[in-house]
Amino acid sequence: MNRHLSGAGVGVVLALIALVVFGAWRYDGFVSPYNILTVLRYNSMFALVGLGMCFVIMTGGIDLSVGSVAAMSSVVSAYLSPYGLVAGLVGGVGVGLIAGSLSGFIITRMKLLPFIATLAVMLAASGTALLLANNQSVSVSYDTAFMTLGQGNLLAGFKPEWIDGEDAGWAGAALGLLFNFPTPAWMALVAYVIGSVLLNALPFGRHVLAIGGGEEASRLMGLPTDRTVFLAYLISGGLAGMAGVILAAQFGAGQPIEGIGWELFAIASVVVGGTLLTGGKGSIFATLAGVLLLGLIFTILNFENGVGWISLSAYWQSVVRGAFLLVVVILQSRLARRVPA
Amino acid sequence: MSVQPLLSMRGIDKSFGVAPALIGASLDVMPGEVMALIGQNGAGKSTMIKVLNGYCGKDGGDITFDGKPWAAASPQAAQRSGVSTIFQEINLIPFRSVTENIYLGREIRNAAGFLKWRSMHEGARALLAAFAVNIDVGAPLGHFSTAIQQMVAIARAVSFNAKLVIMDESTSSLDEQEVGVLFQTIRQLKAQGVSVIFVSHKLDELYKVCDRVTVMRDGRTVAVAEMTEMTKLQLVACMLGRDLADVRKQGATAFSTAAHAAGAEILVVDHLAVGRRVSDARLSIRKGEIVGLAGLLGSGRTETARAIFGADDHQAGSIRYDGRPVRFREPREAIAAGLGFCSEDRKHEGIVPGMSVRENLTLALLPALSRSGVVDETRQRQIVDRFIKDIGIKCASPEQPIRELSGGNQQKVLLARWLCMNPKLLIFDEPTRGIDVGAKAEIQKLIRRLADDGLGVLMISSEIEEIVEGADRTFVLRDGATVAEFDRSTASEHALMSVMAHGEGA
Amino acid sequence: MSVGVESPLAPAPGRGKLTGPGIGQGGARAATILRRFGSLIALAALILLNLALTPHFATMQTLSVNLTQICTIVIVGVGMTLVIATGGIDLSVGSLMAIAGALAPGFFTGALFHGTNLYVNIALSIIVPVGVAGLFGLFNGWLVSHFRIQPIIATLVLFIAGRGIAQVWTNGDLQVFKMPEFQAIALGHVLGVPFQVWIMLALVVVSAWILRRTVFGRQILAVGGNEPAARLAGVPVSRVKRLVYVASGLCSGIAGLIVIAMNSAADANLIGMGMELDAIAAVAVGGTLLSGGRATIVGTLIGAMIIQLVRYTLLANGVPDSAALIAKAVLIVFAVWLQRQERA
Repeated sequence: MNRHLSGAGVGVVLALIALVVFGAWRYDGFVSPYNILTVLRYNSMFALVGLGMCFVIMTGGIDLSVGSVAAMSSVVSAYLSPYGLVAGLVGGVGVGLIAGSLSGFIITRMKLLPFIATLAVMLAASGTALLLANNQSVSVSYDTAFMTLGQGNLLAGFKPEWIDGEDAGWAGAALGLLFNFPTPAWMALVAYVIGSVLLNALPFGRHVLAIGGGEEASRLMGLPTDRTVFLAYLISGGLAGMAGVILAAQFGAGQPIEGIGWELFAIASVVVGGTLLTGGKGSIFATLAGVLLLGLIFTILNFENGVGWISLSAYWQSVVRGAFLLVVVILQSRLARRVPA
Repeated sequence: MSVQPLLSMRGIDKSFGVAPALIGASLDVMPGEVMALIGQNGAGKSTMIKVLNGYCGKDGGDITFDGKPWAAASPQAAQRSGVSTIFQEINLIPFRSVTENIYLGREIRNAAGFLKWRSMHEGARALLAAFAVNIDVGAPLGHFSTAIQQMVAIARAVSFNAKLVIMDESTSSLDEQEVGVLFQTIRQLKAQGVSVIFVSHKLDELYKVCDRVTVMRDGRTVAVAEMTEMTKLQLVACMLGRDLADVRKQGATAFSTAAHAAGAEILVVDHLAVGRRVSDARLSIRKGEIVGLAGLLGSGRTETARAIFGADDHQAGSIRYDGRPVRFREPREAIAAGLGFCSEDRKHEGIVPGMSVRENLTLALLPALSRSGVVDETRQRQIVDRFIKDIGIKCASPEQPIRELSGGNQQKVLLARWLCMNPKLLIFDEPTRGIDVGAKAEIQKLIRRLADDGLGVLMISSEIEEIVEGADRTFVLRDGATVAEFDRSTASEHALMSVMAHGEGA
Repeated sequence: MSVGVESPLAPAPGRGKLTGPGIGQGGARAATILRRFGSLIALAALILLNLALTPHFATMQTLSVNLTQICTIVIVGVGMTLVIATGGIDLSVGSLMAIAGALAPGFFTGALFHGTNLYVNIALSIIVPVGVAGLFGLFNGWLVSHFRIQPIIATLVLFIAGRGIAQVWTNGDLQVFKMPEFQAIALGHVLGVPFQVWIMLALVVVSAWILRRTVFGRQILAVGGNEPAARLAGVPVSRVKRLVYVASGLCSGIAGLIVIAMNSAADANLIGMGMELDAIAAVAVGGTLLSGGRATIVGTLIGAMIIQLVRYTLLANGVPDSAALIAKAVLIVFAVWLQRQERA
């Protein structure tokens, strides 16, 4: 039952709106279609990783492997890119699924703590990525459509001429957003819609939340706990793989050393989105808001430097992100204390 | 008998590691029968149930259910085949809605496989209405009281069209009225031809609702009888495996009923208010006196005790200890002042399971046992050895992890944890809950001895006998306020119960 | 001996009935011994394997190289073990190393403090950064104890922000320096053994003793074993938690200084990168229970040695570093899985 967003979920959406309004007020071109689409294109990888993490965290687990799984998958998909878009996509997502199933196996069969199991998978994926790539980045083939997975706009081919015209007006701008909507952002959007259906309209999602809320109780209720937990890690692995494909396509190379720290930023987005780290409670779209919120901080810093009043190095973004996380968790702890569970 | 039993378990063997839990145990339940299953802790009741509902496998023996051989692979499989279990600790998900908790694992879905939320909400509402529970089924279960949660658990179990419902200590968290509702439900089930296995420590309840009783001891089935054929005393004797004469001599509890001289007042609590549960608690304790604190579940007994001990903050009222007003902010301040507190929840608030008996026993004493922060292990061992002998703690060695001990021995270790501090006032919250009859008597004797040695004792208990026979004075809480005070001459089971139920002062 | 016993040699508690007195079937006992001494046996096996396989293994230099490799991991691991013993975790260690490492050069380059006495400067360059890391540790502890924020999230804040602080402080620049008197903490030798190894051993011994013999140590394990019970028994839970995070911060600070001393340079972008996971891996392989309540500091040392030796063995025998990572993953899973068997 997800009739209401949790308090923190509403909070993150409000904070996101406030940040956008602030940006629009302060910087020229902040709400320009170009900037919006750039932000979406760049953050779609993180959105995918965050979605997978959200499912895992709702089961009460954690997935530290997402960053290196994405790196591994970017290498694999780069190698497969000469064989076309589909090969690259399937290959990348495929290795992600393998990694996810490995985590799921270690956790559900060998009964290791998710933290330690996914830590091991993280190391293994990272090693595999380096091994496959021979310690360097792997160029993506420019001869196939693979690159469009990162750099293309899905509907660009259908775009009527007049939209880019001078006198297209508001309707043109709105349609322009649609037709110029980046392919990776479409992928993320579709993933989130499917994720939301999975969570709210199918038994699987209810089981995920039930297991996070009480694993032993769920087992006694006869829920397929192991299968559900396994699937959550599988989903996380698959989505991390997809993020890796986008990574390779967007930057033109498979990057075996990318993805360091992604897992913790993904966790941060999920937490900022109000999902309880202990599991049992969570929202898919608040996670998306969390990803965008943390992503926008980077954009805002760039714009701020552009304005040139105060020069803030890019390093400030981690400080600001950390501060944001701090505020959110403190607020959450206050909320949690007021409402005894 | 002409009617075939619904369930027949014969010669069941089961051991965990090398310790046998069941040795050729048996259990028969007729259709539409309410069967009581009783025994001391460790007698094998729980294991019997777990074998039946597929939570764990059996090593030997035969089970027949509904005329067919029975081998459930899991509680879920058992549930599908008509055996539903309501476990001792409510096993539901507090974060999730009532509806979800009822429908988890067998959600109503449309043709496309999507959840039909509306049907499930309606179903949940209707199901609960049958048990006279009308609540917002969309709200998280955790928002409701323990009793409501229990009813939801029962509703869930019943809704599986069960032929046999197992209730493991289902009443332990319910108040009198709620127990009444539950019994009504059981009779309803019975009328529909559903059988019930009813596990309980509260013997009185059995007579109200059960048809027959099966008594287990040391992994064996030692008696099966019509409920009306066994007296309470016979049941106790059977569970203990003792002669009836022995039990009768002992009385129901091990408290002697002689009058005791009491000293100066050590604790006076007035107009105490704690959170939402306690509004106006009042009590006083003199040295050398056992003061009982009685009340129904949810009347604020534990909350009052925790506030006195500094475990929770109180909003109003005064606490005077040893003549001075005090307000302990943390338990350790109370401990420093000479208080001790044995929680009712041994497992979660008492023992540190992985630590040894020695470490558990001296946990509170550690600061006093050390010289500039370093533990004096020689002294530690001396103290531990002394208490193990004095109180008769049965353990392989002081180094044995406490979780391997029986409930009664764990409780003794926790008691020793406070005794080695030389306290002035001890608070016992349900000191004998979940402890077998033998250890129970020892602990009761010990409490009496402590009081006789000049200690002030506050004893919270749900067992009225324990209060009536054990306490020198008794305060009764009702809805968070002290409504009556009894002394030995005025306290009786009837008087206490009537005050607890109706709030009329005596 | 009992819970939280300091040495993996000691009988670990909680083997259930199997190890109960008087029960000694051969198979069960052998299995028990394998689990109990598992990490030590593994270490011995690795050493024997190397003696057989790896050329020039039994040299002082090999020992020196391997010990130097694990120094910072073990030092951070000591603090991490204490934190994990309370049921917590500290993800911020790498970032705190970066903060300490970024601060220190300021004291002898004169950027932060312009003292005339070289040794005062060096003393400050050690005390202040380590102290600052300790204060950040206190901040972690404050979040965990006062706001009751889950440790993994509370320390995630500084994991993210801490490195940022170090980068902002140095503006992301590499600080190169040459200060032999300071660098002696990493490069100096005493009795032929690198000074940093002595620091590591001293920390291991002292904290093992603290955990085992002091009230604070026992209270750490009580908090990790059952927090509500510990509180009701008068254990100052909040203070204990704050202190373990401070300890972890201090250890991270020391490790940060050793890293920059070894490199003759401080790079806020790199110091301590990924250290949190290395340290946690060492703690886990060493036999400390990740859920708290049982901890062994000597085990952490052994755990780090095993991980390093596996890597060394593979590298010395021509296996690429990336494949060694995979071996490390398998090792972690296997070690923790073995512990699980022991508890089951």
